[in-house]
Amino acid sequence: MIALGILLTAVAYTVWLERKVVGRIQNRWGPTYVGPFGLLQPLADGLKFIFKEDLTPPHVYKPLYIAAPMLSLIFALASISVIPIGNWVTVAGLHTPLQITDVNIGLLIILGVTSLGVYGVALAGWSSNSKYSLLGGLRASAQMVSYEIALGLSLIGVLIMAGSFSLRDIVDAQSGTYLGFIPRWNIFQGQIVAFFIYLTAAYAETNRIPFDLPEAETELVAGYHTEYSAMKFAMFFMAEYANMITVACLASLLFLGGWHGPLFGPAILQAILPIFWFALRVFVFLFIYIWVRGTLPRFRYDQLMAFGWKFLLPLAIANLVITAFIVALKS
Amino acid sequence: MLHLALFSLFGAICVAGAVNLLVQRHPINSALSLVVVMGSLAGEYLLLGAEFVAAIQVIVYAGAIMVLFIFVIMLLNAGVEEHTQGSRVALLIGVPGMVIGTVLVAWVLVAHSGTQEVALGALPGPPKTIGWLLFHDYLLPFEVTSVLVLIAIMGAVVLAAPARSVQQTKREG
Repeated sequence: MIALGILLTAVAYTVWLERKVVGRIQNRWGPTYVGPFGLLQPLADGLKFIFKEDLTPPHVYKPLYIAAPMLSLIFALASISVIPIGNWVTVAGLHTPLQITDVNIGLLIILGVTSLGVYGVALAGWSSNSKYSLLGGLRASAQMVSYEIALGLSLIGVLIMAGSFSLRDIVDAQSGTYLGFIPRWNIFQGQIVAFFIYLTAAYAETNRIPFDLPEAETELVAGYHTEYSAMKFAMFFMAEYANMITVACLASLLFLGGWHGPLFGPAILQAILPIFWFALRVFVFLFIYIWVRGTLPRFRYDQLMAFGWKFLLPLAIANLVITAFIVALKS
Repeated sequence: MLHLALFSLFGAICVAGAVNLLVQRHPINSALSLVVVMGSLAGEYLLLGAEFVAAIQVIVYAGAIMVLFIFVIMLLNAGVEEHTQGSRVALLIGVPGMVIGTVLVAWVLVAHSGTQEVALGALPGPPKTIGWLLFHDYLLPFEVTSVLVLIAIMGAVVLAAPARSVQQTKREG
């Protein structure tokens, strides 16, 4: 419950951060009226969404129309349950990992759950019974299925180096430093190509600019959520931002060394610092997300597909083969 | 006890999904019922201790293959299925046939196969064991299967490509 609360708050404030940062990039202020620096804006937005009239267009296929946003949000929130946010801590005599469940196939579970997230988008597009929604849904499902392959392949290099599917083991494999100052993060262990493949594929998976073809405003009105209003509409966006946070968490765990960082000070500070280092990485990753959104234009659809299949996929396979070769030579 | 209750629950969901798959008349509802069947099968694998197989079941079947099914249904905008004379005959003969077949199979399995009960979670399948089996003990069957899949993919490409582009490729060699 606590993790879910933190996640949803993080979702709300990622939206705020995005509006602020994109505002600054475009030389304007972003939200300023509600609270200091517009900090209460997410609360106001939430209230607005709850009290808005929930319109259901007459020609929709109702069961799926209602189920689609729920599916999106459920799968987006479920994947947080296996993500560890820090090392073991002892609180009031209880020694516990900072994670909801530590399963030894954690990474596979995340991949599985996020791959189910396509259903929300696809069904929303189909059940709305509108041509813009249908096109958006088709684009989204094609794009997500295509880029999922490159995403999965880019992760296998990391898995080979750690020899485990458990996210905790993968982070533990990245502890320590080279020569005393270069941290042994996977990104410095030759997985830098995989990191960039992951970054690109993750943008496409979460339907963000420059890969936001499913909701391209200039051609499709709003894509798969054209016919949705009020809280149902908000649920799609909560799912999108929750997915962004999951992706950022995974990137920090798999490539950037998780919660490893300099530890100092009294015991209480030493217990909190790993969480802080982890949160910092996630924040930087989210900031890059927003930065990219503020600066890059959108792809054309055929470019998007060609890029995914003809460039990203072969690159991911090459990276996998080379990593496997080096690991085999070492052992 | 909880294991057994969950196992029966997932089994019941699985069967209910399968029945719903046949009863539903709209293709997208049937496809979604199949997703439910796949998901509850993954739950069964998980309860039996085969975590890796469960995760792969979700990723491959529910997350990839069924998405393509739904994609095709959406693309063709397939409508509601119509009942014909033939489907009524199939219903009349099929349902009793199914019941008799199920009873026969269950009877053979329970009374005559000579297999013993296995405790839930008694046969664990961690990824390392599966990898070793696939790429060491059963390497040849695995490779033969992959060639078979490759042939199937090539066949699908040839069938799906417009006739003109196939001829062009033939001419160019």
